Amino acid sequence: MRLKSHRRRLWIDRLVRLFAGFSAVVGIFFLLWILWTVVSRGAAALNLTFFLKGPAPPGVPGGGLGNAVLGTLILTLLATLFGVPLGLLAGIFLSEFGRHHPIGGALRFVVNVLMGVPSIIVGLFVWAWLVVPLGGFSGLAGAVALAVLMVPVVVRTTEDMLRLMPDTLRESVLALGAPRWRMVAILLRGARTGLLTGVLLAVARISGETAPLLFTALNSPYWPRSLLKPMANLTVTIYNYALSPYPNWQQLAWGASLLITLSVLALTLVSRIFLGGRKAP
Amino acid sequence: MRRRFFLGDRLLLLLSTTAALLVLLLIAGIFVVLVGHSRLAFQHLGLRFFVQHIWNPVTGEFGALPSLYGTLVTTLIALVLAVPLSLAVALLLAELAPPWLATPVSLAVELLAAIPSIIYGMWGLYVFAPYMAHHVEPWLQRTLGFLPLFQGPTHGIGFLTAGIILALMILPFMSAVMREVFQMVPAVVKEAGYGIGATTWEVTRGVILRYGIRGLLGAVFLGLGRALGETMAVTFVIGNEHRLSLSLFSPGTSITSTLANEFTEASEPVYLSALIELGLLLFLVSLVIQVLALLWLKRMERRMGAGP
Repeated sequence: MRLKSHRRRLWIDRLVRLFAGFSAVVGIFFLLWILWTVVSRGAAALNLTFFLKGPAPPGVPGGGLGNAVLGTLILTLLATLFGVPLGLLAGIFLSEFGRHHPIGGALRFVVNVLMGVPSIIVGLFVWAWLVVPLGGFSGLAGAVALAVLMVPVVVRTTEDMLRLMPDTLRESVLALGAPRWRMVAILLRGARTGLLTGVLLAVARISGETAPLLFTALNSPYWPRSLLKPMANLTVTIYNYALSPYPNWQQLAWGASLLITLSVLALTLVSRIFLGGRKAP
Repeated sequence: MRRRFFLGDRLLLLLSTTAALLVLLLIAGIFVVLVGHSRLAFQHLGLRFFVQHIWNPVTGEFGALPSLYGTLVTTLIALVLAVPLSLAVALLLAELAPPWLATPVSLAVELLAAIPSIIYGMWGLYVFAPYMAHHVEPWLQRTLGFLPLFQGPTHGIGFLTAGIILALMILPFMSAVMREVFQMVPAVVKEAGYGIGATTWEVTRGVILRYGIRGLLGAVFLGLGRALGETMAVTFVIGNEHRLSLSLFSPGTSITSTLANEFTEASEPVYLSALIELGLLLFLVSLVIQVLALLWLKRMERRMGAGP
């Protein structure tokens, strides 16, 4: 290695430290800029009408997005109902049955790959799989697409959290003569905080998703009535309204943005508190 | 009594294995469905699809080139900007910052990752793109305008704005993985470096970067995969025009934004099928990248596990 003067080495070191500090400042600066934009433009739109009324016809002032709020809640709830049991069971398989099984290794790999599949591709998949056979866009298809996005997160946290339970606990349950399913039930009870965190993270991941809903739930100006019809939801509404020429629609889009941002950040923070010092998946 | 226990166990094993197999089938299912639906376009257009730059639904000519180009250019801009920044953030969090500083900074970075794509899109379209058009792009044109990259009208809507927003979105993911890689390097090795009088940067460059190069590459690939598949933020600010242009100020399109924009309006079967073929292309590319990233990270972990 070429020798450099002490002064020069220290100077380079200081420069690198400065750049590291600068990078963190860049991240924080943009975070605050985005949050400030959303809060300052969206706060005025979030009133009682926003939650209680459906949208007004184009160009007519007034109206709210109550239908989309309800639709997003329904979609998220349904996705959780579909995705969490599936993810939980697959996670139990990974941690309790397939730890050294070839299927276990393959599953672990596929789950990691699924985490990185673009969400719009999941939308295409569900479109071909549910929308085409059922003959139209539907809330059901939207919920399934969101569920597919939730599954890998739930599988990973379930496996991680069950792995944290000590093997001595498993052995003592079995030694008492209890069947394996009782053992799993006891493990699940012990790991419930961690499991809840996994579910919260998964919900946080999907509640801001737009792309998978574009081809599945689509959007609707009406209140949700049937799961087999297109369903109103906040994120696609933001997309449609933001690009519309009507100022009151744009205003509603900002209100919806604020609502979505606040919910996602709150979910993330709560799951972080639950998680304590442990690392998120 | 025995029999009921037995039944419960059987049931649990059956259910959890079914769930595991279902998840495994998902990835195969996505592939099969995409291939099936893009067959029509492949029959009509063949390999022309990949090299043609015309995208005209009226005449039934579909070329993936502009979308591919847009995806590549925006992703490249994002990586060029985000890789050094996320390395620096990871270095700050893992090595330099005391806990009272590291905790809030890592929280902020985590929140940056949590902000939904569509919010980046809204902010990008209404706030950031005008800012780019009035301040950043004219300045770039004045100082670097001799390069073909920075010529042409400055609308603020185009490759550059999309790339910068993508950089912001992948920064948290990459820095989180890089931070873990940094922390995987055994303390003894780092201390040996400090012990012979190396500065923090020298230890970082000579020890940590060399030790963790595969892991860091894995992190970059994870970021790359995310940037490729990002949809809403790009759709809002890229302009959605099927054209090839060397200028970064120019509007264009990407695979994801073409899909988001045109899919529900596509009425012709060939049009729809061509869009799905675009999706298949994106799926395959991101699959390869994801698999490479995971293999590298895994090898890194194994090496660290066997290390001193």
